Amino acid sequence: MPEPMLEVAGLRKFFEVKRGFPRATTVTVRALDGISFTVGAGQSFGLVGESGCGKSTAGRAVLRLIEPDEGRVAFKGEDVLAAGKERLRALRRKMQIVFQDPYASLNPRRMIGKALTEPMRVHGVGAPGERVARAELLLAEVGLPKNAMTRYPHEFSGGQRQRIGIARALTLEPELIVADEPVSALDVSIQSQILLLLQGLQERRRLSFIFISHDLGVVRYFCQSMAVMYLGRIVETGPIPAIFKEPLHPYTKMLRDASPVPDPTRKVAMLRIEGEVPSAVNPPAGCHFHTRCPHAMEICRKAYPEWTPLGDGRGVACHLHKV
Amino acid sequence: MTESIAAVPVERPAAAHWLLQLRRAFNANATSWVGLVVFLVIVALALLAPLIAPYDPLDQDIISRLEGPSAAHWFGTDSYGRDTLSRLLWGARLSLVIGSVSILSAMLIGGTIGIVSGYVGGKFDLVVMQAMDVLLSFPSLIMGLMVVAMLGPSMGNLIIAIALTAIAPFARIARAPTIAVKERDYIEACRALGYSDLRIMAVHILPNIMAEILVMGSLWLATAIRTEASLSFIGLGVRPPVATWGGMIREGFENILDSAWLSIFPSLAILLVVFSLNMLGDGLRDAIDPKLRGGE
Repeated sequence: MPEPMLEVAGLRKFFEVKRGFPRATTVTVRALDGISFTVGAGQSFGLVGESGCGKSTAGRAVLRLIEPDEGRVAFKGEDVLAAGKERLRALRRKMQIVFQDPYASLNPRRMIGKALTEPMRVHGVGAPGERVARAELLLAEVGLPKNAMTRYPHEFSGGQRQRIGIARALTLEPELIVADEPVSALDVSIQSQILLLLQGLQERRRLSFIFISHDLGVVRYFCQSMAVMYLGRIVETGPIPAIFKEPLHPYTKMLRDASPVPDPTRKVAMLRIEGEVPSAVNPPAGCHFHTRCPHAMEICRKAYPEWTPLGDGRGVACHLHKV
Repeated sequence: MTESIAAVPVERPAAAHWLLQLRRAFNANATSWVGLVVFLVIVALALLAPLIAPYDPLDQDIISRLEGPSAAHWFGTDSYGRDTLSRLLWGARLSLVIGSVSILSAMLIGGTIGIVSGYVGGKFDLVVMQAMDVLLSFPSLIMGLMVVAMLGPSMGNLIIAIALTAIAPFARIARAPTIAVKERDYIEACRALGYSDLRIMAVHILPNIMAEILVMGSLWLATAIRTEASLSFIGLGVRPPVATWGGMIREGFENILDSAWLSIFPSLAILLVVFSLNMLGDGLRDAIDPKLRGGE
């Protein structure tokens, strides 16, 4: 594995929520329960899981858009969580985010040109004329014409808006981009265009990605390695080919088997994932997955399985795979 | 690429800028047009008072005191023989200036408090908004009365008093949409890009809630003019002999039985202004409300 761009260790974020009337009780939502992963330089790291498993929280906590309670985030060796105001501002230039909903990610009253030059202005990059030229170049790079500069977001389609969102994330020449479900809100035909665009950008600019998605097919296409999250914890991590070939955690296996493969002759005994994700407020005792796991044993109901590293960057938290 | 750029409509946006949005809202509702035209006519008459007023508003003519409406004095004369029409026109200037200056300051101060409070949130928001609730619990007339009674009746104090009554409502009206807007992804994008909180509030939140504040402004301008008249009526307004509408009603009140026109004309003037502003504001609000929520 190449030298790490980002190292995350033991990241934890609990939300306190008041519930109930008339007597409100404080409940704790364990959105992130100590997750660790590493993103190599120029690599794409997939973060996969069902809705509510904490993957978006993880992406935002890495960027400190949400302040994590505990843990360590190191960007090229620099501690992100300990950075002061000025250091954080400098780090923000290097770490950017692309959002899921292209209809919410652009200020409806801001012309595209302004939206793209503003980050450079705020960070004192270039003279005003250069900024406009650079913004136009960025638009060209994401496949939009110059005249988009003087238009407003609502004049564009979802896919075009997503391109603008990507261009905005690129204005400060970041090295790491957190892509939070960047294609989930788009039509299937547009999804592939945006994925191709992101892939092209990654190759040209040597970008690293944290690619958050619930779509295994997309992650498999885009990423080199991935982690599967379940209720705030990572249950399995490793390189994409190995995981898809031989998933170790029953949950990963179910996710893989549930994601369609374009091969009509392939017949698999579909293991259905039964039931809903349990609440992160009150996760099941022991292994969080035991309520839905076909292999659940006595011990799974009692103890959360320890993290078991398996070499080659693989690791799993499951009682079936104790060393 | 299948996503052709030619598919992008070329015509100008109708919703992008808040001014454009207001214009669209206007066209959607005829009553706002009526309100606006009537209000603009009143403003024009007030501005042109020195040119079109037939007499000096302070000129006394003892010979022709308490005369009814006639060709020489359209709206009659008061107990000092001053021309009511001229006093009405000059009084409009004062009422409009006091109303608009106080509402503009309330908009500025209250709007700032609301945006900051909504944006910062948490305990700060709680404390600030409770302070605003305390302000809000005083009826505006009582509040104005207290302030003017403490500071003394003068135009400046009147403006302060009226502005104070309007700060809390503006803080509230600015806070609610701020809370809605700050949760949107584009604000998070601003933070990810390292923008300062000040920039986020002034450049990215304010334009998105401006329409709501302006609608509120037109409604509260009517209230301010009414409050000014009420305070003048009970003798806490600008000192005589300067003409104000409220003051004119009070002076006319002394002769209400034999010279009712002295009170009726300024009352009608207040009615007309308040009515036109409310029509304007209501029309705007109805047109804007459902659309603003979508953020378009």
